[in-house]
Amino acid sequence: MNNGPARISKFSYAALIVGFIFLYAPMLSLVIYSFNESRLVTVWAGFSTKWYGELFNDQQIMQAAWRSLQLAAFTATASTILGTLSAIVIVRFKRFRGRTAFTAMITAPLVMPEVITGLSLLLLFVSLGQWIGWPEGRGMHTIWIAHVTFTVAFVNVVISSRLQEMDISLEEAAMDLGANRVKTFFTITLPIISPALISGWLLAFTLSLDDLVVASFVSGPSSTTLPMVVFSSVRLGLSPKINALATILISLVSIAAFIGWWLMWRKERQRLRDIQDITSI
Amino acid sequence: MKSLFNSLRASSSFKGMHWLVTGFPYVWLLLFFVVPFLIVLKISFAEAAIAMPPFTDILSYAEQKLTINLNFGNYAYLFEDALYVDAYLGSLKFAAVSTLLCLLLGYPIAYTIARLQPAVRNVLLMLVVLPSWTSLLIRVYAWVGILKDNGFINNFLMWLGVIDQPLQIMYTPVSVYIGIVYAYLPFMVLPLYSNLVKHDVRLLEAASDLGAKPWMTFLTVTLPLSRAGIIAGAMLVFIPAVGEFVIPELLGGPSVLMIGKILWQEFFNNRDWPVASAVAMVMLAILTVPIVLFHHYQARDLEGRR
Repeated sequence: MNNGPARISKFSYAALIVGFIFLYAPMLSLVIYSFNESRLVTVWAGFSTKWYGELFNDQQIMQAAWRSLQLAAFTATASTILGTLSAIVIVRFKRFRGRTAFTAMITAPLVMPEVITGLSLLLLFVSLGQWIGWPEGRGMHTIWIAHVTFTVAFVNVVISSRLQEMDISLEEAAMDLGANRVKTFFTITLPIISPALISGWLLAFTLSLDDLVVASFVSGPSSTTLPMVVFSSVRLGLSPKINALATILISLVSIAAFIGWWLMWRKERQRLRDIQDITSI
Repeated sequence: MKSLFNSLRASSSFKGMHWLVTGFPYVWLLLFFVVPFLIVLKISFAEAAIAMPPFTDILSYAEQKLTINLNFGNYAYLFEDALYVDAYLGSLKFAAVSTLLCLLLGYPIAYTIARLQPAVRNVLLMLVVLPSWTSLLIRVYAWVGILKDNGFINNFLMWLGVIDQPLQIMYTPVSVYIGIVYAYLPFMVLPLYSNLVKHDVRLLEAASDLGAKPWMTFLTVTLPLSRAGIIAGAMLVFIPAVGEFVIPELLGGPSVLMIGKILWQEFFNNRDWPVASAVAMVMLAILTVPIVLFHHYQARDLEGRR
C-alpha cells in the first residue's frame, strides 16, 4: 500500500499546476465578466451587478430553473433508491440467472452517447403511446423517466464502492443477534452507507440539472428545462445574463463541496483524536 | 419438524425479497434501456412519412396476412452519402485524438495527486471533479468567450503585439479539441487516480534499488500496472465523445463534421426519424467493441475483483 509521500519531481508539480489552470481559468473568466457593466461579454467596462437583476427578472429563465430544480430533486430521489437496490444486487447477490445481463445494463449507460439515449427513449415513449396509450404526451414525467434511467448507473457506481468497503461482519453480528434481513438493512447497512447515498443523490441531482440532449428529445411543449433555455440563448451569442447564472451555479457547487470537505475533515480529526485518547490511556 | 418449516418459510421469504430487490431495477433497465434500442432498430427499417409519428409501420396486417416491410434504404443511404461517412470518421478522429490528449494531460495529474499526502489528495481530487458538477453547457460557453475572434486570447495576443490579425481558433477543429479535452479531463483523471493510488511504493523503491532510472521504473513498473485505469479512463472519454453534440455545435463551425450533430439535425431539422435511427444504430455498432471493453473492466471493479 502507498502510505507515505514518495519523491515528486518538478515535472509532476508543473503538470498539476497547468492542469488546474486549464480547469479553472475558463470558470474564473465567467465569474469575472458576470460583473461587467458592458453588454459585450469580453470587453471590460466597469463593475456592475445589473446582470444579476436582469437574470432574476427574466421570467422564462426563472420558471425553467424552478422546473429543473424540481425535476432534479425527483430524479435524484428515485435514482438513489434504484441505485441502492442495484448496488446490493451487484455487490451482494453473486449468483443468479441473468446477472451478466444486469451488470451490462447497469454499466452501459455510463458511456452511452446522449444522442442515442435520448432518441431511443423518445421512440419508446412514442411507441408505447401508440400501443397502450401511455404516456399520452411528453412532458416532465417522460424527462423524469429518462433522467432516472441514465443517472442510476452513476449512483450505482458510488454506492457499490461504499458497499464493497463496508465490513460485512457488522451485518452478520446483527443477524446473529436475531435481526432479520430487512431490519439489519435499515438499522446497520443503511446508516453505514449513508454518506454514499448523499453523494449519489447529489451526483444524480447535478447530472439531471445539467442535461440538455436527453431532455431535448423527450420533452413536451410545456416542459422546457433550464439547459434548454440556456442553450437557445447561447446559440444566439454571448449574454452577460448567462455569466451571472453560471456564477450562481459555480458558487452553489463550491459551497456544497466545501461543506462536504469540512464534514469529512471534522470526522477524520475526531477519529485521530479518539485514537490518541485510546493510546494515551 | 417445526424448525424445518420455519427455516423453509425464512428461506422462501428471503427468496421473495431477493426477487423484489433484483426485480425492480432489472425491470426498469430492461424497459427503459434495452427495449428502446429494439424500437430504434425497428424504426431504422421504416420509411419516413408525413404523419404523426413520421414513419411507416414495418408490420402490416391486411387480408389476413401479416407482411413485414423491411426497408434497407436508410442504411444504404448512409453509405452512399459522403456526408455520413465523413461524419463517422470525423467523430472517431476527434474522439481518438481527444482521448490521447486527455491521457497525456490527465496521467501526470493523477500520478502526482496519488503520490501526495492523503489529506491533500482528497482536496485536490475534489478540485478535479468540482468543475464537472457545474454545468457542461456553461463550461463550454466559457470557451466561446475565450476563443472567439475578439475573445480573451486574441485580445491578449494583440495587446502584446504578437499578432495584428485575430487568429481564427473558434469554429475550427482546434476549438473542438479544446472543448472535448476540457469537458472530459475529470473522467480520465478519476479512474487513473483510483488505480495509481493502490500501487505499492515499495515496487518503485525496489526498481530504483536495483539501479533503474526513474523513467525506466515508470515505463516498466508503473505504466503496465496502471493498464486497467488507462483503459477505463480512455473508454469513459472516447465513447461519449464519439456521440458528442453540445461541443461541436457550440465550438465547431459548419466545417466540423461529427455524427452526434448529424443525428440531431436529422431528427430535429429534417424530422427524418428512420434515418436518425439508422445513424444511431450504426454508431452503436461502431461503439460495441469499446463498450464491451469498458464493461469488462468496469464489472470487475464494481464486483471488487482485482
